[in-house]
Amino acid sequence: MVVSTQTKNAGQRQVKVVGLESTIVRFCGDSGDGMQLAGTQLTNTSAIFGNDVSTLPDFPSEIRAPVGTLAGVSGFQLAFGSKKLRTPGDQVDVLVAMNPAALKTNIEDLNADGTLIVNEDAFTGGNLAKAGYENNPLETGELDKYHVFRIPIDKLNTEACKDSGLTGRTVGRCKNFFALGVVYWLYGRPMEPTLDWISAKFGTKPAVAEANTKTLKAGYYYGETTEIFTVQYTVAPAKIEAGRYRKLTGNEAMALGLIAAAKLANKSLFYGTYPITPASDILHELARHKNYDVRTFQAEDEIAAMASVVGAAFAGAFAATGTSGPGLALKSEAIGLGIMTELPMVIINVQRGGPSTGLPTKTEQADLGQAIWGRNGEAPMCVLAPQSPGDCFDIAIEAFRIAVDYMTPVMVLSDGYLANGAEPWKIPDVSSLPKLTATHPQAGNDFHPYQRDAKLARPWAIPGTTGLQHRIGGLEKSDIIGDVCYDPKNHEHMIRTRREKIDKIAESIPPLEVFGETTGELLLLGWGGTYGAITAAVENAQAKGLSVSSAHLRHLDPMPKNTGEVLSRFKKVLIPELNMGQLLMLIRAHFLVDAIGFNKIQGKPFMICEIENKIEEILGNKPR
Amino acid sequence: MCADTATVQLKAKDFGSDQDVRWCPGCGDYAILSQVKKVLSTLGVSRENTVFVSGIGCSSRFPYYMNTYGFHSIHGRAPAVATGVKVANPELDVWVVTGDGDALSIGGNHFLHAIRRNLNINILLFNNRIYGLTKGQYSPTSPFGKRTKSSPFGSVDYPLYPLSVAIGAEATFVARTIDVNVKHLAYVLERAARHKGISFVEIYQNCNIFNDGSFLYATGKDTKNDTTLYLEDNKPLVFGGDTKKGIRLNGMNPEIVELGGDVTEDDLLFHDEKLAEPSLAYLLSRMHHPEFPEPMGVFRCVERPTYEGMLVQQIDDAKKSDADASLERLFNGGDTWDVK
Repeated sequence: MVVSTQTKNAGQRQVKVVGLESTIVRFCGDSGDGMQLAGTQLTNTSAIFGNDVSTLPDFPSEIRAPVGTLAGVSGFQLAFGSKKLRTPGDQVDVLVAMNPAALKTNIEDLNADGTLIVNEDAFTGGNLAKAGYENNPLETGELDKYHVFRIPIDKLNTEACKDSGLTGRTVGRCKNFFALGVVYWLYGRPMEPTLDWISAKFGTKPAVAEANTKTLKAGYYYGETTEIFTVQYTVAPAKIEAGRYRKLTGNEAMALGLIAAAKLANKSLFYGTYPITPASDILHELARHKNYDVRTFQAEDEIAAMASVVGAAFAGAFAATGTSGPGLALKSEAIGLGIMTELPMVIINVQRGGPSTGLPTKTEQADLGQAIWGRNGEAPMCVLAPQSPGDCFDIAIEAFRIAVDYMTPVMVLSDGYLANGAEPWKIPDVSSLPKLTATHPQAGNDFHPYQRDAKLARPWAIPGTTGLQHRIGGLEKSDIIGDVCYDPKNHEHMIRTRREKIDKIAESIPPLEVFGETTGELLLLGWGGTYGAITAAVENAQAKGLSVSSAHLRHLDPMPKNTGEVLSRFKKVLIPELNMGQLLMLIRAHFLVDAIGFNKIQGKPFMICEIENKIEEILGNKPR
Repeated sequence: MCADTATVQLKAKDFGSDQDVRWCPGCGDYAILSQVKKVLSTLGVSRENTVFVSGIGCSSRFPYYMNTYGFHSIHGRAPAVATGVKVANPELDVWVVTGDGDALSIGGNHFLHAIRRNLNINILLFNNRIYGLTKGQYSPTSPFGKRTKSSPFGSVDYPLYPLSVAIGAEATFVARTIDVNVKHLAYVLERAARHKGISFVEIYQNCNIFNDGSFLYATGKDTKNDTTLYLEDNKPLVFGGDTKKGIRLNGMNPEIVELGGDVTEDDLLFHDEKLAEPSLAYLLSRMHHPEFPEPMGVFRCVERPTYEGMLVQQIDDAKKSDADASLERLFNGGDTWDVK
C-alpha cells in the first residue's frame, strides 16, 4: 500500500520517492550465488532500521546443483514493513534474478506491475538453454508487464573489484552484494549494518572485505546515478512494542528456549541428536553455548540419539532431541521407552515434506499423526506446536515445563517454514519467564518408582541418590511398586493411567483464545506454522465485514479444555493445514464437528490470499 | 530399600536385588551374575553410583537382579542409553550387559560407536552363539552351517567375532573369559572395571537349552588345555596339556609349535596388552577353534582420553573463558536494536 509520494534529487536527476506500508523482496539465483546471505543482510538491516520483518528462505536440498540449472535455484524472500507482518508475503514486489533459471522458477510469483532486476550478463545461450528458454525472455517481450531493470551485474561487479588482487572466481562470489547494493538504494536502506558485518566477517581477509565493500557500494551508487531508476521506495519503521529486539529464526529460538529451560531449573541440558535437514541448526546453535553447561551429543544415528536422551533423562539431565520426519520414524521405538519409563524429555520434530525422504528443505505439517500415534501400543504423547519463529522459544520452555511436571516425553512440532524463517524477537525479561523446578526425591521409607502424585507424575529418582536404587525399563510395570508385571488388570490400569496423565496436562494450559468475535459464521482453526497466514487472512476478511474468526492450537494433545466449546459457537469450522487433513480428523473424532478441511501439500506455506479466497468461497463473500 | 553408608564395606550379596532370578536352571548367566556382584564388592564401589543398562535378550534381564540403578532398555540400544547416562553424569559407574544378538545384530551400530568414542563404561557381551529368548534361532556369532529352528538346512550366514569387531572399532580394553572359569571371570571383570575408557569383555556363556555344549571344547577337562590359551602380559603364548605348546609367528601368520628341542619360549610370540598398534590383539582375536587355541584374558589395554572426560573439559574450558553464563547475556547475543 502506497502511503506517500514525493520527489527528491538523486545525483543529477530527480526521482520519485514512494512511501510504502510494506514490501516483499525476493533474491534468487544459483545455490552458490549467495542469495541466502543477501536476503539475510537485507533482513538484518531492515530489522535494525525498525521495520517488522518476516522471511522465507527457499533452497534446494542439493548443496551445489549444477550451475545454471532449474534444480539449483536458491531463493530468499522477505517482507518488511511499518505494520505488523504475519507472513513473508504472497506475491513479490521486487524480484532479483541472477540467472535465467532463477527467473524461470520465480517469475510467476512476481506481482503484475512488480520490479524485476536481472543480471543481464547471465542471460547467455548456455544458461538460457539450461533453464529451458528457447529465446531470451529479456528480448521476447514476455516480461513487458513488469518494470524490468537489466543490469550487467557480472561486469559491474568485476569492475568494482578489479584492484582487489583476488581471483576471478572469488570476485564472482561478491556479485550478490552488488545486487544487494542496488536493492539498498531502491529502498533507501543504510549500508552500515552490512559494512559492519563485512568487516567483522572478513577481518582476517582484508582483500575480500574490500571487494565486498566496493561492490556493495558500487551497486548502491549504480541505483543512485543511473538514470534507469526513476522511483525509490521508503518503508517507515514499524510501530512495535518498545524494547530490545534481535532477529531469530525458529531454530535459533528453539535452541535458546532449550537452554533457558534448563537454566531456569538449574539443570544441565543434554541434546542428543543426529544431523537432519531442517533441524540441524538447533544443534549448531546449542553446540556454541557450552559455557551454559550444554552437552551436545551427535549420535551415530537417530535411534541412538533418542536412546541417549532416555538415558540422560534417567540420569537427571534436561534431555532433548531434534529431528525431522524420517528421523522421528526411527526414534519412535525409543520414544515408546520414554513413555513406558515415564521420564521427562523433549522431542523436537522440524517437519518437512514427506513421506520417506520427501522434500527435505520444504515445509509441511504432515507429521501430526505420527506425533500423536506413531508408536506401538497405547503410547500417549503430549504434543505442542509453535506458531511463529519467536514462539519456538516459548514452546521449548513450555515443553520442558510439562515434561518435568508430568514426568513424560513431550513432542514439539515445528516445521521448515518456522525453523528457517526469521522475525524480530523481543528479548524477554528473564524474571518474566516461567519458573521451572525439577525435584528429585531423597531416601525415605516410602519410595516407590511408580507411586504417583496428584498430577499422576511418578518420582524422578536419579542414579547417585543413596538408597533409591531401582530398575526401570520397557516391560510393563506394576502400579506403584514398579516391578515387571504381566497381570492383565494391572496392564489396563497402567495404560489408562498413562493416558489420564496426559489428559491432566490440560489443567495446566491456557484456554483456546479466539481472534475476532467469539461467535459467528465461520471459525478457522489452525495449528503450528500456519498461524501467520491464517491470522492475516482472517484479519483481511474481517475488514471486509465477514463473520469470521480464528483460533490456533499450540497444544494438540491434550487440547485446551475449552476447545470443543469454542468450536460449538460457530456455524462452520474450517481447518487449513499443510497436509491431507490430520487435525481435521482429530477434531472430527474428538468433537463430532463437521469441520471442513483446506489442504495444501506443495512444500510451501499458505499464501494469505489462498485462505482469504477459501473464506469467501465458504461465506459467499457476504458481509454480515 | 535400605540406605547405604559410606563406611560399610558391601558384600557380594548386598549387590543383589530382591527379585527372583529367572534364567533357566543351569544357565551360564548365573555364574556371571555372581562374579559381577563379587567384583563390585571387591572394588568398594557404592550401589547408588552404579548403573546397569541392558538391551533385550536373556542376558538383558541382568539389571533386575542387581540392587543398583538399572535400566532394561530396548533391543540393541543399551550402549546408546548408557552413553546418555554417562554424559549426563560422568561420576556414575556404568555397565552395559548385552548378548551376541543384542550387541552385534540389531545393535551393531551402537556397539561400534560407543566403543570408538571410548566412554568410560564396561560392556559385557554374553556370547552364547544363539538367540535364546526367542527360542533358538541362529545369531551373528553362530558358526556357519549351524542348524537351528530358523536354519533347518544349516545357516548360510558367516559369523563375526566380537573381539575382532571391538578391536576394529578402536576399543581401548578388550578381553575374553568364560562362564565356568569363575576365577578368571572375576579377574577379567575386575580388570575391565578398573580400566578408564571403554572396556569390552566377551564372555563365553553356555545356553544349556538351545545351544548346549557350544563351548564344551573350551571347558571340557580333557580338551580345554589344548583349545584355550590364557594370556599373560609380556609372557610368551603357551598352552597345552601333556605336551607344552606355543604360538610362533611365521611371517604374518601364527602357528602352533611344540616346545622342547629347538623351540624355546623365546621363539614364541610374546603378549603385550599395551601396544598402541592393535594388530597383535587383532591377530589373537582371529585365532579360532579348532585350528588354534582360543586366547582368554586381556587382549588389549591402552590409555586414551575418554569421551565424557573431553566433553566435560570443553564445558569447563568454555565456562572459564566465558564466565558470564546468564540468560540475559544469551538473549542479547547477536545484533540487537532498541525500539523506543
